[in-house]
Amino acid sequence: MTPVLELTGVSKTYLDGADEVHALREVDLTVEPGRMVAVMGPSGSGKSTLLTIAGALETPTTGGVRVAGQPLTAMSRDDRARLRRRAIGYVFQDFNLLPGLTAAENVALPLELDGQPAGKARAAGLRALAELGLTDRASRFPDQLSGGERQRVAIARAVVGDRRLLLADEPTGALDSASGEAVMRLILAACKSGVGAVVVTHDAQLASWADRVVFIRDGRLIDHTAPRPGPESLLPGPATR
Amino acid sequence: MSIRHAMLALLSEGPKYGLQLREEFEARTGEVWPLNVGQVYTTLQRLERDHLVESDDEADPGPQKSFRITAGGAEELAGWLHTPPDLASPPRDELIIKILVAVRLPGADVHEIIQTHRRHLVELMQQWTRLKDEEGDLDLGLALVVDAELYRLDSVVRWLDTADGRLKRAAAEPPAPAREAAPQIRRRAGARR
Repeated sequence: MTPVLELTGVSKTYLDGADEVHALREVDLTVEPGRMVAVMGPSGSGKSTLLTIAGALETPTTGGVRVAGQPLTAMSRDDRARLRRRAIGYVFQDFNLLPGLTAAENVALPLELDGQPAGKARAAGLRALAELGLTDRASRFPDQLSGGERQRVAIARAVVGDRRLLLADEPTGALDSASGEAVMRLILAACKSGVGAVVVTHDAQLASWADRVVFIRDGRLIDHTAPRPGPESLLPGPATR
Repeated sequence: MSIRHAMLALLSEGPKYGLQLREEFEARTGEVWPLNVGQVYTTLQRLERDHLVESDDEADPGPQKSFRITAGGAEELAGWLHTPPDLASPPRDELIIKILVAVRLPGADVHEIIQTHRRHLVELMQQWTRLKDEEGDLDLGLALVVDAELYRLDSVVRWLDTADGRLKRAAAEPPAPAREAAPQIRRRAGARR
């Protein structure tokens, strides 16, 4: 199966005045379809840079990026923008919904920007909202929704159409624990339907929803979790009777 | 885990047999804390000795013996529910001790040691979270236990993250010249005694 995301030897260096800042150093990361990978690290560790490079919003200084098998680094700017619109969905901490558009219009927007007829885009948007239990919120504006509902709309927008890769930056942000858990369950559900996801976070509870957690420090992936036995090993067997 | 008070709580619903008590205890704690029959009967004997439960005297000791809570038992249970456990003094935490030792040990890479423990804790958290995911609607008792475990492990990860950052900053900064605050606090604390 073609990975939805492959980073190979990715480094990113910025110039801060005369100083070179190494935001990422020789990062290798592969995400298979249907899998959720969490990138866990403190602020300033490079995790957001990793996400913007994986999402084709920035180019690496060196190294290769493939999304759904296609090498971003070899593409023209236009092709890269098209792949970004069609294959990649983003979920941000502050939802990033457009305040002047309804929930349904926000979700349909990426499809319309990609040139789909408005009616078709709207129908796909409503389907995505329905899957997240938001049918009755479709014609509301973002300021008429709760924080949890706004983030569900943002997830609907991130998975609408034929997205292959879902990228989330602290997606449960300021939500309370029940709404945050609901958001993680939706991302997990998207993965179970075949999408690959990368969630960057400093929060271990959030990261623990992922199939694999990689740890980032000073721009390097320093460690990752091992595949674990199922949850049954947590529960002791029957006591000696 | 107070088995004694858990037994009193179960008996406050009405008279029960020993085996029944064991099954109900396990069911309500999400089967995370298994009990053996011996523990159940030893606990019941002590409760009876302390007049907190009563049994049918005629029946033979064993599975046929039924127990009920006394007024004293109900009072004991209510008192226990409202008594805070001892959280005032820091526990002798093995992980904290390991990190404190590593900080002072020549040649030890404390950041690498912290990461080893962080990884292990996150792996455990993944297991508990998977339980939430795979079991769908968890039994209420088990759901509460899972939440408690996730918060407990999370607090340890947060402490490791904070320690990691603090050690990094301490290594980057020159040692502070004078430390006035600590002796003052100690003196003040001493004066209160």
